[in-house]
Amino acid sequence: MGSISEVAPVPSVDARSRAARFRVTRAGLATFAFLLPMLVIFGLFAWFPIIRAFVMSVQDTNLVSDPVYVGLQNFQRVLADPLLGIAVRNTAWFAFLALIFGFPVPIILAVLMSELRHRRGLFSALAYLPVVVPPVVSVLLWRFFFAASPTGVFNTILGWFGLGPLPWLQNAGTAIPSIVIEATWAAAGATVIIYLAALVGVRPELYDAAEVDGASLWQKIRYITLPQIRNVLFVTLILQLIATAQLFTEPLLFTGGGPANSTMTVLLLIYKYAFQNSLGGDYGMAAALSLMLAAFLAVFTAGYYWLTRRWGVDS
Amino acid sequence: MRSTTRRPASVLAALAVVAATLLAACNSAASPSPSTAASPAASAGSSAAASQGTAHEPVSIVVGALRPGVTQAAADALFEQIKEFQAKYPWITVQPEEYNWTAPTFTAALAAGTLPDVFTIPFTDGKGLIAEHQITDIDALVRALGYADKFNPSVLVNGQDSAGKIYAVPTAAYGMSLTYNRTLFKQAGLDPDKPPQTWDDVRAAAKTIAEKTGVAGYASMATENTGGWQLTTSTYANGGRMEKVADDGKVTATVNNDATKAVLQRLKAMRWDDKSMGSTFDYAWGTMNQAFAAGQVGMFTGGSDLYTWMIQNASLKPDDYGITVIPLDGSDSGVLGGGTLAAVNVVTTAEQRDAAVKWIDFYYIQKLLTQDGAVADAKALTANNQPVGVPALPIFDKATYDESQVWIKDYINVPTEQMTPFTSKIFDQPLINEPVAHTQELYAALDPVVQAVLTDPNADINALLDAANTQVQAVLDAPAP
Repeated sequence: MGSISEVAPVPSVDARSRAARFRVTRAGLATFAFLLPMLVIFGLFAWFPIIRAFVMSVQDTNLVSDPVYVGLQNFQRVLADPLLGIAVRNTAWFAFLALIFGFPVPIILAVLMSELRHRRGLFSALAYLPVVVPPVVSVLLWRFFFAASPTGVFNTILGWFGLGPLPWLQNAGTAIPSIVIEATWAAAGATVIIYLAALVGVRPELYDAAEVDGASLWQKIRYITLPQIRNVLFVTLILQLIATAQLFTEPLLFTGGGPANSTMTVLLLIYKYAFQNSLGGDYGMAAALSLMLAAFLAVFTAGYYWLTRRWGVDS
Repeated sequence: MRSTTRRPASVLAALAVVAATLLAACNSAASPSPSTAASPAASAGSSAAASQGTAHEPVSIVVGALRPGVTQAAADALFEQIKEFQAKYPWITVQPEEYNWTAPTFTAALAAGTLPDVFTIPFTDGKGLIAEHQITDIDALVRALGYADKFNPSVLVNGQDSAGKIYAVPTAAYGMSLTYNRTLFKQAGLDPDKPPQTWDDVRAAAKTIAEKTGVAGYASMATENTGGWQLTTSTYANGGRMEKVADDGKVTATVNNDATKAVLQRLKAMRWDDKSMGSTFDYAWGTMNQAFAAGQVGMFTGGSDLYTWMIQNASLKPDDYGITVIPLDGSDSGVLGGGTLAAVNVVTTAEQRDAAVKWIDFYYIQKLLTQDGAVADAKALTANNQPVGVPALPIFDKATYDESQVWIKDYINVPTEQMTPFTSKIFDQPLINEPVAHTQELYAALDPVVQAVLTDPNADINALLDAANTQVQAVLDAPAP
């Protein structure tokens, strides 16, 4: 400790911490008072339910009769349920399709919009409009559009191009892709805005240099634009994967998990455990599966950050 | 090296976690549990006091009698009846609340304790909720009304526990029917006064309607437990059963019986060979009614009491409505009969239970038993242009039902001639109760089977039914809570 302070003109660690301690304790009470409402609300609506979930996951409870502690039985029953495998598969399939189809769409839109000289604000607002529409309203509207009869809205439009009526939500194979289309429409706007902001930060000299080297538009995008915004892309990728793993509103309102469980997702299965049995829900199993999903997402995110750490740029 | 700047933040975080843990512990310790032990003595005491004519404490009850989405006129009819009730029992205030029974919303309200004081449940859930102590014992209060032994025993049993104590009062009974659109029949060149009598007739009529009018000739509900419910209805109509109850009370699932297989084979043929079932296969109870009222469905099996809902919620044109009995095929075949029970919330005081039973008596039962009650109910409904005279099944006996229809004959405003194919034959058909154990879960397990048959041309009916049978048997075998 002493040798460092002789070399560099930095106040000693002791003196620094003494000064900091004095500063914090003098402001301490006021700080605490300001933080208290946030802590109470956060504790009541976030921490309390999380702890309750841990407690319920080891109980057999329908939230009305007295709960019974059953150890890890809920976890065992969840893992033994054949619907779990179906739900995980459907969720993974949705996440994969959303990645292939839904992830590039905002990037393409943002790149196109950044080329605009005028009216960029108008297009930004139009792109963001679907995000503003409440999810339930969007889903119910799209459900009407997806009507499988030849006179349904989308089937009519397809008919103008001579394409046959599609079953959309009425067929196990096309139900999830239909939901991917609506989910992309609903969420693209928010990420477009983020990408636009990131694109503004790309230095124009790089493009000029590429111009001089004779790069085509595609080469510019591939070698300059995408690498320059890759930190943002990494973040939006993991955010999208976490969000698609929690897909619930769309399958609930579009199909209720059908046809024949082809749109049953993990979160919809949790909902089913909790609320489907009108004689009393199994909240223990619902809590157990919720915790398993949360643990999986936590491990997945940690692994993701470890993997991409080497590819990121410390700015 | 210790970082003292982080200490206050970590102390605050620790405080938050401790506070949350304390809240969790306090809440689970103090969660309300129904005080069933205390109530019978209390209710006996207060009903004795009431019958002595002493002054009544003002009491307020919340009743789930307002269906969401009804027209203002229908709501006004209810408000008028509430006013009459409050005039008769001045110390009781009745607050109507929007209520509609669906499995998820009922379960959530049950867990949250936000059910109204008087609510309705289907016959299928009566015994299960009694076993779970979720509805309260109103036996003494109901028997004091004097007509408890007039109930049809096979109807009342749905609201009784194993000792015969009444926990829920039957308010309506229905039998399944074949509902058909008379206008579509005419457009397809079929005679609406001669509806199909056999299942082959149904299949042929569906094909004709689909070819001549382009809409679905026949449709089947398939989601929200209604797929399993309708499959059970058709199974009964073809002589099969979904559950077998042994003498010792053990219940065996028989979902993969021959009648169910035949029903699904017929649905498969209508869907993929005849192409007479249209292109929508995710109907639930409400959406099926809406589609029918909108003229998008030629025929479907459904309750005999749908006319009221379709008028109040879906702008049905009365001329379109036709109803006939379900075709029965084979020995042992019969009509699935269901109904509604009125129950009282466990979290109620003795005075509220007394008031609740009086409301049940006034709103649901009096119109079936007394001429004054029947006429008052009919007047309130006709004053607001609501249907009067929709066919129902008796919850007492046939004679009482016929008498109640005579009392209101001047007020009947539904097209009864269009309903005679049903009303003239239903009482000759054997009525079969719904499967007795874990009924809604049985229906839920069959929904994916119906959906698969209607959406996948290669659905393996035997495999699907075997898998569903295993699933239902596991539910039946699970130890009781």
